[in-house]
Amino acid sequence: MRKFSHDEIAARVARDIPEGSYVNIGIGLPTRVPNFLPPDREILLQSENGILGMGPAPAPGEEDSDLINASKTHVTLLTGGAFFHHGDSFAMMRGGHLDYCVMGAFQVSESGDLANWHTGAPDAIPAVGGAMDLAVGARHVYVMMEHTTKTGESKIVKKCTYPLTGLACVDRIYTDLAVIDVTRHGLEVVEMAEGLTLEELQRQTAAPLTLSGGRNG
Amino acid sequence: MIDKQVASPEAAVADVFDGATILIGGFGWSGMPTRLVDALIAQGSKDLTLVHNNAGNGETGIAALLKLGRVRRILCSYPRQPDSYVFDGLYRAGKIELELVPQGNMALRMQAAGAGLGAVYTPTGYGTQLAEGKETREIDGRHYVLEYPIHADFALIKAERGDRWGNLVYRKAARNFNPIMAAAAKCAIAEVRSVVPLGEIDPETVVTPGIFVKRVVEVR
Repeated sequence: MRKFSHDEIAARVARDIPEGSYVNIGIGLPTRVPNFLPPDREILLQSENGILGMGPAPAPGEEDSDLINASKTHVTLLTGGAFFHHGDSFAMMRGGHLDYCVMGAFQVSESGDLANWHTGAPDAIPAVGGAMDLAVGARHVYVMMEHTTKTGESKIVKKCTYPLTGLACVDRIYTDLAVIDVTRHGLEVVEMAEGLTLEELQRQTAAPLTLSGGRNG
Repeated sequence: MIDKQVASPEAAVADVFDGATILIGGFGWSGMPTRLVDALIAQGSKDLTLVHNNAGNGETGIAALLKLGRVRRILCSYPRQPDSYVFDGLYRAGKIELELVPQGNMALRMQAAGAGLGAVYTPTGYGTQLAEGKETREIDGRHYVLEYPIHADFALIKAERGDRWGNLVYRKAARNFNPIMAAAAKCAIAEVRSVVPLGEIDPETVVTPGIFVKRVVEVR
């Protein structure tokens, strides 16, 4: 069996984002997704700090300290892009104007509950940023993560044990092993890594899986 | 004649009092009123409540204010940063109170304060730890949490250009929380790169109308 690389997962996510979409890309693994968005599609990236139409990193020497993304790294603005304040930025999310967001996660439950802001450890510094606003607001919430933790535990679970970011908000999960839809009927496997069987995938997943009946994709 | 210009950052923050709630604009270094924060450090008021997206970086600016023990309480959405060790130490030692607020709720609660609303129902945070103990309501099948406004005594904000009436325009993504904070505080103090004559800012492009701003300080 050959797992999907991080770039392959990112490319797979990018393939599912259609022409004309407004998209927010989260920190961590998802930051790779823009590298794979097809150049022939007009897709506008939103950054929570007030940018729509965010472009790639600037050429060396052309960084602008007032043009940074949510990770506080330098970006550029596409021709036709816009700036706005935090109220408008989060109205775009909460108000259902944003078509997609792609976030990392600690855990996703079989009903699409998302946990990605806090491990709950007593000495951990909690930080939430815009994750809870995106979880309730974006029309499609996609999660991109490793299928299991470093110690081999499934990050897809029946019920999250980490503190929740949002309830029943995740639509699709992209991991190094599979692409899985969260549906009314439970978790449905859309795609698997080469050489992986549903039985083996199920062994590494702590919630029941079924093969997608071709309704998704 | 209305002239909101103040000669220096020090003069602009001179009347900040002990126990004040202060909104500080910016997201990372972008839109952060660094000269006003430095003046606040020198000014000496204590027992402060700060509202800012993060909890300070390194040992300058907000982190310096924290290190001096001048801040009792901080509201932010993302205090965890690689170089926020001053905050981390105070938090773990129980020497600072943290109210963690989802970023959109922070903006919304300040907008509510500026707009004179008593509270707002927001879907963000419903069913999570951050909504525990708060009133909720189902409206048209969607769940909402009741959140109260964040009022403040002062707002320290940064803009690109301003005039003597307090009209402001910003630069790129440095706008972020600044216009919202201007409206939410009793006394908004704007640090601007340049003060221009009235009329030089195209009225169609004014982002913060002067009514929301009490003081304007030019820093070069």
